[in-house]
Amino acid sequence: MAAITTTPGAHHDDVDPNASFLEKKGLMSWLVTLDHKRIGIMYLISVAIAFLLGGIFALLVRAELFTQGKTLMDADTYNKMFSLHGVVMVFLFIIPSIPAAMGNIILPIQLGTKDVAFPRLNLLSLYVYWFGAIFGLYSMINGGVDTGWTFYTPYSSSDPAHGGVGTATSVIPMTLAAFIMGFSSILTGVNFIATVHKMRAPGLTWRRLTLFTWALYATSIIQVLATPVLAITLLLLTMERFLGLGIFDPRLGGDPVLYQHFFWFYSHPAVYIMIVPGMGVVSDILATFSRREPVGYMAIAASSLGLALLGFLVWGHHLFVAGMSEYATMVFSALTFLVAIPSGVKVFNWVATLYKGSISLQSPMLWALSFIFLFTIGGLTGLFLGMLAVDVHLHDTYFVVAHFHYVMVGGTVMGFVGGLHYWWPKFTGKMYEEGWARVGWFFVFIGFNVTFIAQFIMGSRGMPRRYYDYLPQYEIFHQVSTIGSWILGFGFLVIGVMFIRSLMNGKPASRNPWGSAALEWQTPTPPPTFNFVKDPVLTRGQYDYQLATDDELYEGFDDPLFPGLRGGKAPAKKAAAEGDHG
Amino acid sequence: MSSEATATAGEHAHGDEHGHHGPKWLAHHFDTPAQQFDAAKLGMWVFLAQELLFFSGLFVAYGVYRSWYPEMFVAASHQLDKIMGGTNTIVLLFSSFTAAMAVRSSQLGNRKATGNYILITIVCACLFLVIKYFEYSHKFHAGLLPGRFFHPHPEHLVAGAPPLPANTGSFFSIYFMMTGVHGVHVIIGIGVLIWIWIRNNRGEFSKEFFTPVDIVALYWHLVDLVWIYLFPLLYLV
Repeated sequence: MAAITTTPGAHHDDVDPNASFLEKKGLMSWLVTLDHKRIGIMYLISVAIAFLLGGIFALLVRAELFTQGKTLMDADTYNKMFSLHGVVMVFLFIIPSIPAAMGNIILPIQLGTKDVAFPRLNLLSLYVYWFGAIFGLYSMINGGVDTGWTFYTPYSSSDPAHGGVGTATSVIPMTLAAFIMGFSSILTGVNFIATVHKMRAPGLTWRRLTLFTWALYATSIIQVLATPVLAITLLLLTMERFLGLGIFDPRLGGDPVLYQHFFWFYSHPAVYIMIVPGMGVVSDILATFSRREPVGYMAIAASSLGLALLGFLVWGHHLFVAGMSEYATMVFSALTFLVAIPSGVKVFNWVATLYKGSISLQSPMLWALSFIFLFTIGGLTGLFLGMLAVDVHLHDTYFVVAHFHYVMVGGTVMGFVGGLHYWWPKFTGKMYEEGWARVGWFFVFIGFNVTFIAQFIMGSRGMPRRYYDYLPQYEIFHQVSTIGSWILGFGFLVIGVMFIRSLMNGKPASRNPWGSAALEWQTPTPPPTFNFVKDPVLTRGQYDYQLATDDELYEGFDDPLFPGLRGGKAPAKKAAAEGDHG
Repeated sequence: MSSEATATAGEHAHGDEHGHHGPKWLAHHFDTPAQQFDAAKLGMWVFLAQELLFFSGLFVAYGVYRSWYPEMFVAASHQLDKIMGGTNTIVLLFSSFTAAMAVRSSQLGNRKATGNYILITIVCACLFLVIKYFEYSHKFHAGLLPGRFFHPHPEHLVAGAPPLPANTGSFFSIYFMMTGVHGVHVIIGIGVLIWIWIRNNRGEFSKEFFTPVDIVALYWHLVDLVWIYLFPLLYLV
């Protein structure tokens, strides 16, 4: 046991074990930090900027579609807008959003360790991400891309400068951006796998991991095994455009469908890189705000791994109409239906967790409940698309757009924003205004549904995706959808302002404002550099509310809308707790 | 933490949290040398899995094109130099052996032997690149280049080989992508081998701490392994 309390490392003598990780000031102290929490905060700021940028592109796309014909921009600009919306949201925002930003901060704390297994690799992954982002910005300044985020060949690979028939836009820098950012994702995955395996605190068995940790673990496996395939694909694409390799371009003897196989071998598992961490966040929020262990804990954990596995076997459903053998399409269709099983396991267990739970409807919980509701719609409409005959009709319509936005926004973004509300006090040491948080949530929830239900309807009636213009009968749906996007944007604006106000003059957060039994709430807020004042030894699971003491749960626990209703013994307990830390 | 759940190991001298019980190579966030070693080793294995998937795209492309154009592959592979390719295979296999010997020597705490074995590995890696350079320059002279740049000059081609079909550029696209990506891995390998050679000279490794030598050797074995597949696939069609 003595080894556990050992804190060797001569070069860390200057670290005060009680000081908050935010204490050190100065830009350099951030740029060369090896502290996973600071790296996570820098990731968080980066993905927030990317989200803003991608959101602006989305609003422009929706605004252009408000009327038939030209509304704001010409068709070429419109093509670039929706491509940039996709590229920025997928590669710059959603992939690193929950794992690299929030996971970086929370994972080691939930494991009761001082840092991730490879802190320098962690910082490197952030720099690689920034380096990739520079390529992306360079491409945007140089005219952007109009290929869609999928970079389908031969349009992307056949360079008119060399007699090709493809796009003349800035494809090479953008694919290199995605190529480089992929390595950031891989390094984070390698790091997290080693961390979960080797860095768990004494007493923290696999069955005591949080479901967020399980989700990040499953995600990391996908990141490590799928992303390199995208890397080599984009490298081949770049070289094809540069040297005319003739691997994907039929005019040079290549096969564009091979590109689609390669691309979706990554990009379908990537969907689970996006959604599984969101599921993890939701599992943790549900447990905290229902005050109980999630029902079917092991089933939820195993279903994360199940999704990681099945995610690798279903890429073909993106190619049903691209020219694949009928037998292959049938196999892929059947495998696609299997994805519904782990997804269903999760949804049913979450709902069962609510049953007889002691539910408090605070803002993180509102986001988690929205996740369940919206993800279920997104998941079930996915089954329509996995069905061969139906897919022929729905392929490349707004139905597909609405489906994956229900999963990506209704799922991942709800999980991300919910997690941000949930862990915000831990990250920053500040509380936000609960009332404004609920207002923001309300507008986002309503705006999102207005935007995308309209798209489900017009998609099922045959409106193709990515079109600049449309027939008169679709106008009403496009207008409803665009108005929805404004409500959605307003909701995010409210949330953004609320968080900035919290940073500037939010009330100090207590150690455990939500009364959670999980490990990250048992350390000071914000956590010290080494996460815990003393190295923790777990004697219970992180959801074992029946074993948690009053001291662990009720320190500073208060209902923000009705102060004094619960707890109320905060100041005395807090002083006692801090006295003990000293 | 004032709690049972997270009862700290405080009884065990927590007042001395910053005392250095461990050796100086033990990073601050690890509890024991064994934990640090295991984490590094696992991390490298996971990274190698990633490497395999990275190369897998090229192997799949190879498989698809070979199944479509088997005659073209036979004709094109006659233009590759089996002697040079075979020599390179032996060079890399031998370097993998010396890398393994470097690990063994560092486990035994024999710094001088470790340094020598690493040095031999580096020399072999450089030799591989030199031979590769001669192969590449011959291909450039003969116009056996990828895709758009494929313009074979009959006078530089191997005499008596089957004629090259018009789409042979695809083969050389795959050839240059596969060997090129592998070559980049060799160059990176030389870089990390030099790095551990310097650290070994500084005396940073011992019987207790040889992790970097071990994981760099693991990486080097993968570079070798990939070539062992590339050689028959490309040269011995």
